[in-house]
Amino acid sequence: MNLKELYQEIILEHGKNPRNLRKTENFNKEAKGYNPLCGDKVHVYLKLNESNKIEDVSFQGSGCAISMASASIMTCLVKGKEEKDIKEIVEDFLEMIKDKPELSSKNLNKDEKTRLMCLSGVKQYPMRVKCATLSWHTLTSAIVGDNEEINTEKFG
Amino acid sequence: MNLDNIKNQFPIFSNKINSKNLIYLDSSNSSQKPKTVIDRLNSFYSNEFSNVGRSVHALAVAATNNYENTRISVQKYLNAKHKDEIVFTKGATEAINLVANTFGQKYLKENDEVLITELEHHSNYVPWHYLRQIKGIKVEFAEIDQHGSVSLENIEKKINSKTKIIAVTHVSNVTGAILPIKKISQLAHSKNIPVLVDGCQGAPHLKLDMQDLECDFYAISCHKMYGPTGLGILYAKKKWLEELPPYQGGGGMIKEVTKNNITYAGLPNKYEAGTMQTAQIVAFKESIKFIENIGIENIMNHEKDLMNYTVEILRKNNSVKLIGNPKEKGAAISFTIEGIHPHDIATILDEDGVAIRAGHHCCQILHAKLGMFATARASLGVYNNKDDIDQLNNSINKCKKIFGLK
Repeated sequence: MNLKELYQEIILEHGKNPRNLRKTENFNKEAKGYNPLCGDKVHVYLKLNESNKIEDVSFQGSGCAISMASASIMTCLVKGKEEKDIKEIVEDFLEMIKDKPELSSKNLNKDEKTRLMCLSGVKQYPMRVKCATLSWHTLTSAIVGDNEEINTEKFG
Repeated sequence: MNLDNIKNQFPIFSNKINSKNLIYLDSSNSSQKPKTVIDRLNSFYSNEFSNVGRSVHALAVAATNNYENTRISVQKYLNAKHKDEIVFTKGATEAINLVANTFGQKYLKENDEVLITELEHHSNYVPWHYLRQIKGIKVEFAEIDQHGSVSLENIEKKINSKTKIIAVTHVSNVTGAILPIKKISQLAHSKNIPVLVDGCQGAPHLKLDMQDLECDFYAISCHKMYGPTGLGILYAKKKWLEELPPYQGGGGMIKEVTKNNITYAGLPNKYEAGTMQTAQIVAFKESIKFIENIGIENIMNHEKDLMNYTVEILRKNNSVKLIGNPKEKGAAISFTIEGIHPHDIATILDEDGVAIRAGHHCCQILHAKLGMFATARASLGVYNNKDDIDQLNNSINKCKKIFGLK
């Protein structure tokens, strides 16, 4: 285990100053997520334009440095992307955070992958993986549009 | 009593955690086990195992005697009037569910009130919530005061003619506040209301005398008392166990079964349906013996000194905020650090071998009242010492450094 890999500078910085921590005006998609183990909650808002591009994405909630940084980095990465590409990005991230050594998404450029890989240190801390994935599951839920609150206990 | 070498009696402390000595500060969650308890489980399974109470062969007779001897040990330890007032359960949770279910079934009707407190662990709220759903009763909450405790006055304020039972914790697992159980019992009894006490955080740390405390029910978690998991105890006054209906049905709890009718066994078998946790019950006698050998007063003094030291050290550490400041305090203390989430604290401490708990500690009502989702908690056992607290403080400083706090 390596604390330095887990708490990298970029994570601490995003954790302290999360980007897009607000509520999007005129959002047209949203979902809530909840981690019953720690009580952390997140609410993701999306505004899609007419050509189904993510014009704005934001989140509200509170949580540990890992969950806040993960949500913050996620919003930065998906902003401006096509809605149809999000599912593939989320799946790639979830596979990486569990066991895959690299990201392979064709919808992320090299720089975006590097930024996302700073969360890979979480792998060594199985109890903390859910902190990193909560906002991503919630993003998927917002896009799919099911009204059920995301609950980390339902995912492996 | 010299407790310097007490860790030697616990095999787990000879292991390394993340290549460090284990600093175990999570005893409110579950305590570590002395070698005598572990050895007794082993010897019972290896040489003496049998089910109890049914067969007439030699092993069954010996196992039954051992099983009942633990009941007598517990009765003496708690100073209960009768040994039949000691019921074995799968945990304190089951003990509380047993009372909520049977008492609710027999005595509660729509709009009756159950009075609990804002300090309660979910295990002393959810069972009463079931009755709210099934029977339409109301659950009322006595409020916490500014110290993180619940005063007798705050309990009295919520009592009215609809209050049918009061269910309170002995010691808060978050703020460590010790509630005035005897006074609560006396107040409740003056109004003919029975009292259930969630004793999970009381039994391992306080001298208990059921006749002196005067409560009607007292729930104990054995694994927090240096005992095996899967075992709890319900102390209940004999009159209640006689009056209340059985909880679970099955073998061992019946007197006679016919196609048309069933009669139930006498106490305490009426409440011990099915094959019980035989080995754990037999081994729990060693846990009582362990506590008695040190002496509960010595344990209390040791833990009180150490908790005072912990409070003093953590108060001096700026950016650490202690949750509650109760006058009467048990062996648990919760805290937050401005700018660091409790889960991050727990992960960083863990790397130094310091085991604490982070989260809502199964007390979401209390955390909502405090306006926080989570706290970090350090809780003590007989094996902790000042070096452990110094290491806790050093590791907290390491958290602050990682997060750029001063």
